[in-house]
Order: sequence, then C-alpha cells, then structure tokens
Amino acid sequence: MAFFVARRLLYLLPVLIAVSLLTFSIASLLPGDLAYTILGDQATPENVAALRADMGLDQPIWWRYLSWLGHVLQGDFGRSFRTGQTVLQAVAERLPVSIELMLLAQIGALAIGVPLAIICASRSGGPFDRFMTGTAFGMLSVPTFLSAILLIYLFAVELRWLPATGYVPFTEDPAANLRFMVLPALTLALAEWPGIMRVLRSDMIATLQEDYIALAKAKGLKASRILFVHALKPSSLTLVTITGINIGRLIGGAVIVETIFALPGIGRLLIGAILTRDLIILQGVVLLVGAGFVIMNFIVDLLYAVLDPRIRHGHA
Amino acid sequence: MTDKVLLSVEDVQVDLPTPRGNLRAVDRVNLTVGAGQTLGVVGESGCGKTMLSRAILQLLPKKAKLSGRVMFDGQDLLALSPEKLRKLRGRSLAIVFQDPMTSLNPVLTIGTQLIETLQEHLELDDAAATRRSVELLAAVGIPAPEQRLAQYPHQLSGGMRQRVAIAIALSCEPKLLIADEPTTALDVTIQAQILDLLAREQRRRHMAMIIITHDLGVVAGRTDEVAVMYAGRVVERAPTPALFKKMRMPYTEALLAALPRLDAAPHTPLPAISGRPPDPTRPLPGCSFSPRCRYAVARCQTEKPALTEAESREHLYACFHPIEVHAGASA
Amino acid sequence: MATLELDVAEEAITQPARKGRKLGVLFWAAIGWLVFVFAVAIFANILPLSSPTDMDMLERRAPFSTEHWLGTDGLGRDELSRLIHGARISLVVGLCAPVIGLVFGGALGMLAGYFRGRFESLVVGSMDVLLAFPPLILALAVTAYLGQSIFNLTLILGLLSVPAFMRVARASTLTLARREFVIAAQALGATHARILLRELLPNVMLPLLAFFLLGVAVIIVVEGSLSFLGLGVPPPISSWGSMIGEGRESLEVAPRLAFLPAAAMFLTVLAFNLVGDTLRALTDPRQGAL
Repeated sequence: MAFFVARRLLYLLPVLIAVSLLTFSIASLLPGDLAYTILGDQATPENVAALRADMGLDQPIWWRYLSWLGHVLQGDFGRSFRTGQTVLQAVAERLPVSIELMLLAQIGALAIGVPLAIICASRSGGPFDRFMTGTAFGMLSVPTFLSAILLIYLFAVELRWLPATGYVPFTEDPAANLRFMVLPALTLALAEWPGIMRVLRSDMIATLQEDYIALAKAKGLKASRILFVHALKPSSLTLVTITGINIGRLIGGAVIVETIFALPGIGRLLIGAILTRDLIILQGVVLLVGAGFVIMNFIVDLLYAVLDPRIRHGHA
Repeated sequence: MTDKVLLSVEDVQVDLPTPRGNLRAVDRVNLTVGAGQTLGVVGESGCGKTMLSRAILQLLPKKAKLSGRVMFDGQDLLALSPEKLRKLRGRSLAIVFQDPMTSLNPVLTIGTQLIETLQEHLELDDAAATRRSVELLAAVGIPAPEQRLAQYPHQLSGGMRQRVAIAIALSCEPKLLIADEPTTALDVTIQAQILDLLAREQRRRHMAMIIITHDLGVVAGRTDEVAVMYAGRVVERAPTPALFKKMRMPYTEALLAALPRLDAAPHTPLPAISGRPPDPTRPLPGCSFSPRCRYAVARCQTEKPALTEAESREHLYACFHPIEVHAGASA
Repeated sequence: MATLELDVAEEAITQPARKGRKLGVLFWAAIGWLVFVFAVAIFANILPLSSPTDMDMLERRAPFSTEHWLGTDGLGRDELSRLIHGARISLVVGLCAPVIGLVFGGALGMLAGYFRGRFESLVVGSMDVLLAFPPLILALAVTAYLGQSIFNLTLILGLLSVPAFMRVARASTLTLARREFVIAAQALGATHARILLRELLPNVMLPLLAFFLLGVAVIIVVEGSLSFLGLGVPPPISSWGSMIGEGRESLEVAPRLAFLPAAAMFLTVLAFNLVGDTLRALTDPRQGAL
C-alpha cells in the first residue's frame, strides 16, 4: 500500500510543476503592462520604468518564473497592490466560505442523487425509474445561474423565506450562516445531482447483473443488505470518480454562485482580481486552486485503492 | 428408494419471451429427489439445466414465466410468499455456482460472506458466527482458516474459492444442495477433490444433492439417479447403474461414447456428437434430437416421444427406437 | 424491507440501443425546435421586427401587446427582437467554439491514438495539465486579460474544449486501429495519411459529431454563465446570458425579462443534449447508458 502511495506521489510532482508553469505563463505572456496598471494616473515613463525595475519586470521571463516559484515555495505568494494583503491572507480569509459552500453542495448532491440512484437501479425499467432518468436529463440542461435565478425568485422574491444575498460566518452565528448558505448550496447541489444519479444508477444496474448478486439472493439475504452492501460497494468506485471529476465543475460553479449570492469566497476574490487586473492575486489564487485540484484528484486515486482491494493488491 | 421425497419437480415449465419469439427453456420436467439422495442432471450447454436450478430456487429473470409445481419439504415453492422463500434460501436450500471467481463478491472478505449467511438465518452473534466460519472452512479443507476470513476472493486459488463457496452453501445445514457445474471452471486435478468433498459432506449431513453437469463422467459412481436433459426436456431418467448399463436413449449413448476412456488406445478419436442443439425459439414438431440421431426415422421427426417406462418403473426414456446397450466398463 | 425489489428488468440492459426509439417524439420535437431557432436567427434581418437597440423610455418593462409581442425590457427595447438577436450571438459562440475543439482535439486525438508511443503520452499529459484547471476560471482569466470580444471568447472556449474532443477521438481510434480493415490497409502498403483520412476518419467522425452536439450545449451554458456575470460577450452586444443577467434586476417587477431568455436557452440546450445523446447512443452503444 505504501508503494502505491509513493508511486502516485511521484506522478503528482511533475503535474504540479506544469500547473505552476501554466499559471505563470498566462499571467505573464498576456498583453498589458502591469506597472502601468498599478500606477494608474501616476504613470509617467520614469515611474513606469522605475517600478518595472523594482518589480523585476524587465528581467527575462525564465528568471521571473524561477524567482516567483522560489518565493512561492517559501510561502511568499506576493502581495496585492490594491489591498496590501498578502495572497495567503486573502485566500485564508475566503477559503472557509468556499469550502463550506462546496461541502454543503456536495453533501446535498449526494443526498439527492445516491438514494435516487439506488431506488432507480433496483426498479430499473419501471415508471419511477423512467421518470427520474428523464428529470435528471432535463436538469443537466439547466445552467447553474438559471437554477440560482429560479431559486431566488421562488424563495427570496415570492415566498420571502430565505435571503437572496449576504453572509455571516459560521463561528459568529451558525443559524444565520446556514440560512444564507441554503440557496447557494442548493443551487450547486441541483446542478450536481443528475450526474451522480445517472452514473451510479447505470453502474449499479450493471453490478446487479453479476453472478455474486445472484448468489447473494440465493443465500436468502435481505434485499436491503444486497443493495447496500453487495451492490453499492463495488459501484462506489464510480461514485468516487464522479465526485472527484465534479470537483472541477464544482469550483467553477462556486464562482458563479458566490458572485450571484454575494458570498465572500475564493470565487469572488478571483473575479475581483480579474476585474481590477490584480495580477499578483490572480496568479496566486489560480496556482492554489490548480494545485488544490490536482491534490484532490490524488486523494480520489487513494480512495480508489481503499474501496477496491483488487487495486491495492495490483490485481484489477 | 424408501427415503421420503424431499424435492418434487412436477410438470415445471419455464418460458422466456425474447425478441425472436418465445423460448421454452424448460419443457414439462418431472423430477424427484429423496432426502439424503443425489440426483445428477446431465446435458449439453443450453439444454435448460441451469434454468431448471433457477426455477427450483425461484430465482428466474423477471420476464420468465414459470408454471407447474415445485414441492420442497411439503411446501409448494411457487405458492410461497417472497419473504418465506427468502428464509428458505440459504438455509434449507443452497446452491453452488459454476465459477467461484464471479459468484463471490470481489470487494467483500471471505469472512463477511460467510458470516452474513450465518447471521441472517441462524441469528448468531459475531463471535459465534466467526467461530463457526472457521470450522466450516476447516471442514472443506482450507488450510489456515482464521487467516482466510480477512482475505478477499482474488487472493485465493480457483479450487480454494470453490471450497469457500461450498462452505457458504453448507453453512446453515441445508436439506438440499444444488451444485451447478461445480467443477467446470476448475483444473482437472482439482475436480476430483471438489467432487469428493461434496460427496463426503453430503454423507455426513445426510443432505440431498443435485449435481448439474455436462459431463457424464462426473455423475458416474457419485449419484443415485441420473436425469438426462436435452432441449429443455428430460429424455431419460434412471438409477445410475441402470443408466450406464442399460441406457435407452441414443443421446445418452452418444454422450457416453464421447467420454475419453482409460482403456482405449492412444490417439483414439473421440466420437463427438455431430450437429448442434436446436434453436430453442423454434422447437421441432418431432423429437428434438432427431436431426443428430443416427437411428432416426420419419416418425421421429413428426411426433414427439413421451416418457415411457423401461423394464422398471424407475427407468424412463423418451424415444421411439431405444437401444439395448450393455455398457461394459463404467466411465 | 419488503418494498425494495431487486428484479432488474432485462430492458435495462438493452436500454441504450432502445433509447433512440423511445425518444422518438422528443427527438423530433428537439430537432424541430433547433430548426426553428436556427431559421429565426439566420433570417433575423429580414423578419418584420423592431430593432433590438431602439430604446423607448416611455414604454419600459411594458407587458405583452400587439406592438411588442413579448413586451419591452428595462430600456424600452423590444423583447422579442432582442431574444432573436440574442439567439444569434449565443448560437455563433455555441457553434464556433466546439468546431475549434472538434478540429484540433479530434486531430490530436486521432494522431495520438494511431501513433501511440511518446507522442501519445505527450498529448495526453498536456491535456491533463490543461484539465488541471477548473475551466471557468481559466476562461475568466484569459478573457479578462485579452479583452472581452466575441472572437476571444470563442477562441478560449474552443481551446478549453480541445481535451474533451481529444479524448473521444483517441478512444475511438484506439478501438478502431486494431480492427481488421486497418491492418488490411497497412498490409496493402497504404501510407499513414491515407489510413488516417480514408479509413479511420469516417468512423471516428460519428462519435465525434455526437459529442460535438453535446459540446454545443455545454458551450452555450458556459458562454451564458460568463455573459450573465458581464464577463462574456462585451456589452452592448447581448446574448441570452446577458439578457438573463440584466433581467435579474427586474425580478420583483417583471420576472419575464429574465425567464423568457432563460426558457429559450433551456429549450435550446435541452434540444442539443437530446439530439447529441441520441446520436451518441446510436453510434457508440457501449457508452449509451451515460
């Protein structure tokens, strides 16, 4: 098992380096003069030249990349020229919001998708299954921002049960925090559950055809045990995959949702950095998000090995 | 046979609707098995023997239509509620499938798969169930049984896996064990061991057993009665010695001839049965075997022979031109 | 747990192939809607519509009337006309971006699947790196820096769709390259180019086209999301997404301003998904269930 982890880690490293390269290139090779942007109306040719020399912008690109990377590895991601905050500070402030949002959304999506998948798989071909499959298909055509608008219209405008925007940290007031989080998390969950349900359902239908399910029935086990222990476990591998793949979409969706519902998360930080051309923040956040994503996939790979002992022992 | 009849399959028929028409997998089959007795069901692939075993266990595909009666231990299984059936399965009625690699759940440990059956039917607690599982594994000849409980099926060899499957089947002391091609997926060297194991356990527990196989050699000397199936019907049924000595059906004769014999000269060609089994969705009006039978005449192709008795009530066959064969050596 | 049944209908296994027939009515309705939308968008200029940019400050957020069939928006512009012109924008981006993905991704995928070896590892590896980023974030970053324009938007969305098309093309090529007709062509001394173009391409094209339609649906949504936030097509050009974004402000007073373009977008995306999914089930039945 340790072998397996070590091998995976070795693969991780080059990908992370590639991610850092990509991030840096995007920010640096695009047109637009950073020094110019920073100085704004104080941009005289001398000031611009001075700032460029000061920031090392006149150095060759490989020097700048290595210098940046060196700083990053020491934990210095740079400082926003707008707010004066370091990147890490800004991220640390916003991260809990985004993580809470994505966690709630993922839990919501699983809570909707998994039971529906199990019920549909055990009654596949029947009316409920066909209805649910059609609904899931339809939901996949509803963009996140559309669900957001619908939910806002329904719950905030018409029924006035929940607020449309705003945020209170969990530590300050858990109840209020959850009230603000319900609509955003629900929006994301509505976008994610169809994918989960469809994949798990078709996987379970395939699993239920297997011989070992027939034997489990022949052993006289209860139907619930067969579904949840014998059938769900082999299919859970696909569930982990799809959850892992969804994380990328979830992050993107979180950006939209945070903006619509005015949540102070990483997504909004990013949009803000883009709009104000805050290159340092942009670079740092994109790198962190990219690296975080890669690491999440790594963890998903590890979970594979835990769930399917055949992979652990190198058999599958 | 004076034992009481444990299982009685009466006029059982299994129909499967397919896009190409109705498929009659099992055609009015009648069988009995007495307590403590062994019945061998022999036939080619596709003759309906597996469907028959599923029919007995009431585990047919949803679209299948089942008719007839299956009396087990005094109860008609077709009339039982699903819950009562579930309690019977695994407890009084057990089955061992052909391929232990696919019939054991790959992501659950051996221990789990043994213990869950014990806990479901015998309501043992964890400790008792674990102890019993170790005993069972030892009884089927698996070395170091305690370690095996935590292992997964892919970590065992094919023969060991089948032993585990047998242990699971025997765990609740069933009255009837169905072994569906128990040795087909195994190496030849292991086959005898597994069959011996089954025979031994059966004697010890005074259990009834049905061995389903395509190999006549497997049932010789190990069964009390043999039923030969072809195209969904039982075409010959007799106590085992009588079948081998005085077989009537040309099909049975052909099956026997297809077995390799120890006393034959080296490189003797095996007389395979020419032709193929009929398409089950297009049943023939006459005897299903007639296209491949070397004794066939016109009548065989137009009329279906019914099961008639040979010299004794226990020997039945379905043929218009039975053969009088006295097979010398046993297979 | 008497309510949980475990009988799996055999239909479930054959569902992928039958799905096409089962979606008969829906499939043709989807095609019909798409034809309608395309026709209206293409012939927008010759239809008797008011101009989408004519503002009438006296008739803001007006309800349905004979003069303005679908009412007016927050600046008094005719809603119906705006919807139709918005369709043009959404469709242009929605179609052109996946074409980029199809051409480049498809080519890369076919070459990778055919030549294998280090080239393949390189291609797959670089796609993996590209996929290491949540695509929306990448699109945002690039459009913000390159400036907002339909061209830039189409370009970056097209680039982001390349890995997906690459995967489909490569998977198809891998299965096909092992089949007899390719080996036969090689035995006859055909050049790589000939095999790729004459033998493999026609067969890989089918799953790629099905995937293309699904890609259009995705791109329309992504463009819509970006425009909704004001970061997609540059104002004053309006796609459906921008219209929904603008309509958001009038939710309390005139929700139809948001929901009309929303409905149009939903129906179009649904139609593309339906047609694409059906096509995929027909051309690659192994993956039909997903």
